[in-house]
Amino acid sequence: MAVVMRSGEIRRYDANERLNHWAVAILFILLAASGLAFFHPAFWFLSALLGGGNWARILHPFLGVLMFVLFIVMMMRYWTDNKIQPYDREWSKRLPDFIENRDHDLPAIDKYNIGQKWVFWITVVTMVLMIISGIIIWRPYFAEAFAINVIRIAAVVHAVSAFILILAIIVHIYAGVFWVAGALRAMTRGYVSHNWARHHHPLWYRRMTGGNAK
Amino acid sequence: MPSMQSLDVQLRSATTTASPQVRIAEQEVAKLIDISKCIGCKACQVACMQWNDLRDDIGTTVGVYDNPIDLTDQSWTVMRFAEVARDDGSMEWLIRKDGCMHCEDPGCLKACPAPGAIVKYANGIVDFISENCIGCGYCIAGCPFDIPRISKKDNKAYKCSLCSDRVAVGLAPACVKTCPTGALQFGTKTDMVARGEKRVVDLKERGFQQAGLYNPQGVGGTHVMYVLQHADRPGLYNNLPTDPTISPWVSLWKGIAKPLMALTLGVAALGAFFHYVTRGPKEVDESADSGERTVTRHDRGA
Repeated sequence: MAVVMRSGEIRRYDANERLNHWAVAILFILLAASGLAFFHPAFWFLSALLGGGNWARILHPFLGVLMFVLFIVMMMRYWTDNKIQPYDREWSKRLPDFIENRDHDLPAIDKYNIGQKWVFWITVVTMVLMIISGIIIWRPYFAEAFAINVIRIAAVVHAVSAFILILAIIVHIYAGVFWVAGALRAMTRGYVSHNWARHHHPLWYRRMTGGNAK
Repeated sequence: MPSMQSLDVQLRSATTTASPQVRIAEQEVAKLIDISKCIGCKACQVACMQWNDLRDDIGTTVGVYDNPIDLTDQSWTVMRFAEVARDDGSMEWLIRKDGCMHCEDPGCLKACPAPGAIVKYANGIVDFISENCIGCGYCIAGCPFDIPRISKKDNKAYKCSLCSDRVAVGLAPACVKTCPTGALQFGTKTDMVARGEKRVVDLKERGFQQAGLYNPQGVGGTHVMYVLQHADRPGLYNNLPTDPTISPWVSLWKGIAKPLMALTLGVAALGAFFHYVTRGPKEVDESADSGERTVTRHDRGA
């Protein structure tokens, strides 16, 4: 692995990872806005973000395919780090404490906690469901090839998957931007502090520092 | 046709508040299609083309009388011919004029995400307001009768308007106007139901014991009704559905899921904010000994 530290900081995401993440994030915002507009009239105004109803309908599926492709890259990067480990079970039991910000003596975890892993796996599953169902309901290109009941079921699968993904991303944004101080910098500038790493991800910290740090 | 008189619009797609309800005295209309009187001349198809200024592409013959072979964005009504063998071995033509049924509870309107792209008038006609249509095709998923078609030219959905423009000024739809046998009739829904039922009695006397009026209650009744010689078997008429309803998938999708999911998302976002103002952020004490004895340097940017 390349040099991962600079004075007082440890690198968590390199420039390519950050670029990848933010490309997916921007696409997610555009897709969620236009998708919600199609889903409930209360969100119809969001279709303006893509240039109105017609443009939202035209662009949404293409942006979706682009997001899926970029997400695949992300998925491959983070697959291993998100495998559920034995210590995740112990850590999960302390989730109520974690939510109450009582973080002392949490079981040591690696690069991601179980909440982050859940976001990852929910994203993987819903993305796959959405690309499949999305192609089935995509007019004017693909929908005509499918039976009407398949289209109806796909529409429900698409909506439910999107709902679950948006919920997960609400949690993700809250935790990454507001809740866990110092986490946002990992995805904007790429670095976290030593203390941050040791506090939130001790096993990862040990791995990054070659086991020198306690 | 655009909505010339907004007071006529009683139901509007993707709209959560009530549309104008003052026009309570307006009579509901209906078209009655008496299949036992239809000779399959297709004059109705021609009249529809003429009045609505539609011209379908010249198709190819596939060995049946149906022409065109299916509804299209340019063909809002199509005669569907069925040759049915009777018990005695003889043959019977069942010719069904297919097109929008103008449901009392329209699945297309329920599924439509574009505000005001589909409306239902006080007289019961379900109309597509094309300028608001975004071409998503949800109406096709919502329709229990497989009626709307999306144009390849403009990606908008089209279907029979029951000549809402003619009806608005007191005229009968073009197809009814032109029908030479009286198989098509138009009037108030009440009158058309009465006339249909009378005709059913007539047909029963002539040996069609299973004759009946097709006004399916699964979609709240329709503003286009059929007199069927064999009402016990609507499927004989080119798969006319026996008991059409809005698909449970569509009801789930555009029914309960809609408010429930929208509400949950709002609660989640609000919950996150409330968590922040009550529990606050997780801050790491940066003044503490970081233990970073072995820091290597540089590597800006990566």
